[in-house]
Amino acid sequence: MSDVAIGSGVFAGASGRSAVIYNEAIVKKFVIAAMFWAIVAFLVGVVIASQLAWPTLNLGLPFTNFGRLRPVHTSAAIFAFGGSALIGTSFYIVQRTCRARLFGGEALADFVFWGYQFFIVMAALSYVMGFSQGQEYAEPEWHLDLWLTVIWVTYAIIFIGTIVKREEPHIYVANWFYMAFILTIAVLHIGNNLAMPVSLFTAKSYNIASGVQNAMIQWWYGHNAVGFFLTAGFLGMMYYFIPKAAGRPVYSYRLSIVHFWSLIFLYIWAGPHHLHWTALPDWTQTLGMAFSVMLWMPSWGGMINGIMTLSGAWDKLRTDPGLRFSVTAVGFYGMATFEGPVMSIRDVNALSHYTDWGIGHVHSGALGWVAFISFGAIYYLVPVLWQRENLYSTRLASWHYWIATLGIVFYISSMWVAGIMQGLMWRAYDQFGFLQYSFAESVNAVHPYYVIRLLGGLFFLSGALIMVYNLIQTVRSPTTERRRVLPAGAAVAGA
Amino acid sequence: MFIRYETIEKNAFLFLVLTLLTISIGGIVEVIPLFTIETTVEHVKGVRPYTPLESRGRDIYVREGCYLCHSQMIRALRDEVERYGHYSIAAESMYDHPFQWGSKRIGPDLARVGGKYSNDWHYAHLKNAQSVVPESLMPHYAFLEETPLDTGDLVNRLKAQRTVGVPYTAEDIDNALADLKTQADPSADNAALLKRYPKAVTVPGNPREVTEMDALVAYLQVLGTMVDFADPANENLRQ
Repeated sequence: MSDVAIGSGVFAGASGRSAVIYNEAIVKKFVIAAMFWAIVAFLVGVVIASQLAWPTLNLGLPFTNFGRLRPVHTSAAIFAFGGSALIGTSFYIVQRTCRARLFGGEALADFVFWGYQFFIVMAALSYVMGFSQGQEYAEPEWHLDLWLTVIWVTYAIIFIGTIVKREEPHIYVANWFYMAFILTIAVLHIGNNLAMPVSLFTAKSYNIASGVQNAMIQWWYGHNAVGFFLTAGFLGMMYYFIPKAAGRPVYSYRLSIVHFWSLIFLYIWAGPHHLHWTALPDWTQTLGMAFSVMLWMPSWGGMINGIMTLSGAWDKLRTDPGLRFSVTAVGFYGMATFEGPVMSIRDVNALSHYTDWGIGHVHSGALGWVAFISFGAIYYLVPVLWQRENLYSTRLASWHYWIATLGIVFYISSMWVAGIMQGLMWRAYDQFGFLQYSFAESVNAVHPYYVIRLLGGLFFLSGALIMVYNLIQTVRSPTTERRRVLPAGAAVAGA
Repeated sequence: MFIRYETIEKNAFLFLVLTLLTISIGGIVEVIPLFTIETTVEHVKGVRPYTPLESRGRDIYVREGCYLCHSQMIRALRDEVERYGHYSIAAESMYDHPFQWGSKRIGPDLARVGGKYSNDWHYAHLKNAQSVVPESLMPHYAFLEETPLDTGDLVNRLKAQRTVGVPYTAEDIDNALADLKTQADPSADNAALLKRYPKAVTVPGNPREVTEMDALVAYLQVLGTMVDFADPANENLRQ
C-alpha cells in the first residue's frame, strides 16, 4: 500500500462521468504538517503559560524569554497549525467539489507546501533570534513577508485556477469561504506590512505608518486575521466536513448566502474595538463597536447552519467522535462570537481590555473552534486519505475529545475569573477615594488562575498527543486495513 | 434582485470581484480618513523624534517583545489616569514606527514611565525585576547589559525612519553617533544633544562601550515626558 500511484490519487467514482485523479499527496503532507505544528503550538503554549506562573522558567536567556517565545506560540498556532490545516483541507475540498485536479500540477502544489513550511520555520527562528516587526500576529520581518506573499499568490493561483477549470457548474459554498479567506488575507498581509527596511541586508524595517494610523491598520489586519484566517477559512471546513460526516445536506442554502456576504462585509469594520478609549478618534471606535455588535448575527447564522445540518443525524454524535469534535467546534464558535460582540461594547471593554479575559476569549475561539473543527476534519480525512477502513480507535478519539474539552473549560474559566478580577482590581477605590490596589497586587492575585490555565493547556496538549498516536496507528496498524476491493484502475496502478 | 445569485455562484471572477469590493469598504472608510482628517493627531508642543540612543533602545524594546506584556496607551478612564498619568494622546506616538500601544497588561502600562523611577532602579529592575518588585513576572534582561550596542547601521536606521516620515534633519543624522555616545556619558557636555532633543535623559553608561541596556533605559526614561500638559500652549489638552 505504500505505492505512489494510489498514494497520490483516487478515482472519483460517479457513474457515467469521466474519472478525475485528485492530488491527494499534497493533502496528506498538509495534514501531517498540521498535526506536527499543533503539537509545537500547544507545547510552546504550555511553556509560556508556565513562565507566567513561575517566571524563573524564563531562564534569563535571550531566546527563552517570554517576549520572544510568545510570537512563536501565536504563529505556530495560527499560521503553522491553522494555516496547514486550512491549505490542506482547501486543496482536498476544492478538488472534490469541483471534480477537478489541482490547477498547476504537483510541482506547484509542492512549492506551496515547502515554501509555506520554510516560512514558518524561518519565522519561528527569527523570533527567538531577536527579529520582530513588533506588531502582533505580524511579527515576521520584511524579507519573510515578501516570501510569504509569493507563496500566498501561488496558493491563490492554484485554488482559483482549480475553481475556474471545475466540471461542476456551481461553486460550492465551502469554496466561497476559502476564496474570501485567501483573497482577504492577501490584502491584509500586504496592507499591514508596508515597511521601510534599514538596508537590503538588514532584517529590520520601520512600518510606513506610525502611531494612531499604524494602530488602526494593525487592528484592521489583526482582527481580520481572526475574521478571515480563523473564521472564514474554518467555516469553509465546516461546510464540507459536517455535511459529509453527517451524511446530510447543508441545513439552509439561503442562510449560507446571507451569512457569507454579511459576514465578510461586517468583519472588516470590527478592528477598532481593539482600540476603545485610546487615542483613536471616537468616530472610528464607535464604528468598530457598532459593526462588531452587528457581526453577532451572521456569526450565529453560520453556527445555526452548521449545527442544524445534523437534523436527522444527531445519533451519529454518539458513534463518530470526529463529528463530535466538529459540532462542538461550532458550539464554541457560537459562544466565542457572542462573547466577542459583548466585549466590543465600549463599557464592557473598559473592564475587559488589557486583562486575561481577552486571552480567555481568544482561546475559546482558538481551542474550541479552530482546533476542534480541524481535529474533526483530520479524524475524517486520515482514514480516507490513507485508505483505511476506519480510525484505529474511536475510544481513544473519545478520550481525546473529553480531555481536550475539559482542558478548554479549565482554560477559559480560569481566564474569565483572572481577567474580570484584574479589571475590577485596577479600577477599585478605597473608602478615601484612592486606588485600592497596586498593580503588583493584581499580579499576585491571578497566580492561582495562571496555574489552572497551565493545567488546561496540559490537558489540551495531552489530548492532541493521543490523537497523534491514534492517527499514526490508523495509518500503520493492520487492523484498519481496508478489506474492500479497490477500484480496478487503482488496483492496476498499485500492482 | 437584478441578477440571479446563480450568476455569481457560477462565475469565479465575478465572485472574486464582488468579494474584493465587499471586504474593501470597511477598511477604506476607517483607515483613509485617519490620514486626512486634521484633528486626528493633535498639534502639541514637545513631541520630537527619538534621540539616536532612545531610538536604538526602542528597537530593543520591539525586538524583545516588551509590547506583549506592557501597553503604552493610557485610556481616558478615571482609574487609568490616576494610576498612570494623563491619558495618552495621538501626537505622543506620531513618530512611533511601529506603534507600541500593546493589547495586554501582564505588567503595568509604560506610556508615562519616563522619569518615574531613577536610572539605577531601571538597571536593577531590568537585570532582575524580582529584586525590586517581588511579585513581578518579568524575565531577567541581564544579558542586555553584557551586549554592546550595535551602532554600525545607526545612520541607516535613522534614514529609514526619515523616509517614513520622522523629521530627522541632516544635522541630526550627521551627529547621530556623537549624540548616542554623549547620552551614555554623564561626564560629557550634552548641551548640543539637549538642543536637538530636549528632555533627553543621560544614562550612566560607558561611552566607549554603550550597551543595549543603556539604550533601553534611555528610551524608557523619555516615555511620556515629551508633552508638557501644564504648558499653557497645550491648554486645550488639560483635563
